[in-house]
Amino acid sequence: MNGLTYAFSEALGLLTGFDHRVAEIVLLSLQVSGLAVCLGTLVGLPLGACLGVGRFPGRQLWVVFLNGCMGLPSVVVGVLVYLVLSRSGPLGDLGLLYSPSAMVIAQTLLVVPLMAAIARQTVEDAWREYEEELTAMRFRWFDSVRVLLHDCRYSLMVAVLAGLGRAMSEVGAVMIVGGNIDHATRTMTTAIALETSKGDLPLAVALGLVLLAVILLLNGLAYGLRLWAMRRYA
Amino acid sequence: MVAPVAAPMFPLRIHDLRWHAGGRAVLDGFSLELDGEGITILLGPNGAGKSVFLRSVCGLLQPDAGHLDWGGGPRPAFGVTMVFQQPKMFRDSVQANVELALRPLGVAAAERRARAQAVLERVGLAHRAGDSARGLSGGERQRLALARAWITRPRLLLLDEPTASLDPSSVDAIERIVREIRTEGTRILMTTHNLGQAMRLADDVVFIDAGRVCEHAPVQRFFARPASAAARLYIQGELPWRMAF
Repeated sequence: MNGLTYAFSEALGLLTGFDHRVAEIVLLSLQVSGLAVCLGTLVGLPLGACLGVGRFPGRQLWVVFLNGCMGLPSVVVGVLVYLVLSRSGPLGDLGLLYSPSAMVIAQTLLVVPLMAAIARQTVEDAWREYEEELTAMRFRWFDSVRVLLHDCRYSLMVAVLAGLGRAMSEVGAVMIVGGNIDHATRTMTTAIALETSKGDLPLAVALGLVLLAVILLLNGLAYGLRLWAMRRYA
Repeated sequence: MVAPVAAPMFPLRIHDLRWHAGGRAVLDGFSLELDGEGITILLGPNGAGKSVFLRSVCGLLQPDAGHLDWGGGPRPAFGVTMVFQQPKMFRDSVQANVELALRPLGVAAAERRARAQAVLERVGLAHRAGDSARGLSGGERQRLALARAWITRPRLLLLDEPTASLDPSSVDAIERIVREIRTEGTRILMTTHNLGQAMRLADDVVFIDAGRVCEHAPVQRFFARPASAAARLYIQGELPWRMAF
């Protein structure tokens, strides 16, 4: 049996046997990334929509800045959050470093620009379509933002999925601020990196398969919902 | 339905509006005075400035020069609304699309629902209240757009070719709704290229050419004895505005 076949057969054994290590890591990953995406949705989508509808001095600069932040290296965000949360940092007293909370903060900072940039483009396109109708109805710009966020709700799922994909596949930031501590801050990606370096390929492959399955499942659900919405709302 | 709340809006005096686009004067000294009753039809060839004029009255575009005097005061915050030639429907139900128009007025949810049901009944769309607004036909969309405007009880309703590209039965339905809205005291300013429709609906006609008012007359007099040569040619179907390709 070659290494690849061995790794996959052992990985399937871990998954079908509901290995508690795998379950613990998967659960923590879902909690951290799920919470980060929820916070990212609450902040990023309204922020992007406001930039899409609002007309104020410096708006173009903000759009360029936001688009630039889409490619923010996760290790840079990790270092920044580390500096802020470390004992000598401004929020050091909170004692959040090497905790799941620190990982949520780092991932939220990573997903907000991405989600906001996608939301900005989506809502700006919708604003071009509806501007006259909404203005004739005497909607103020902030109320227009609310209407457009609702109107674009199915298109904005792309932003949420992109945020989820970024959060779940990210290694650098959570490694720095979480520390990859066993039974405490070990996520799927950090565990895969660690186990691969240790040569424990079955666990790495098992976690990789779960990661892939979760992302495919969520994308499938979102796609189905979008198809339903397209039929329902033409 | 309750009549619109009285507000100092009429007479609406439009003074010397000017608006340029692409180096061309779309509105070129447009002046008009409107009292607070009836249906005024704006006639004129394509590019005469009818839609741009409606948009400036609605506040959707700022003219380069000139001003509007709303009964001696500034533009009222509410009471003026517009229905477009191709109205946009939001991705929601017919009912939700109508209710949406009441949100800027701060109307409570229960009242929004009741008023939406009542107005949908009057435009013949009550049976489609739960359907997607984007699934409606062209005629139904236009009726929905009228319902969305009507529910706000406007003092002035601006209609930009609301029956363009509609079949005769849809045109008839739209005209019936427009008359009903007028009966409830809403002042209507409407553009059309349909001369028969102008004769059926209008109290008075404003003929526009090259961004200015050529003639403003009661409907019978306008069609019987048009004062301007341009209006006479337009009514006779002559084509002095033929485009060069």
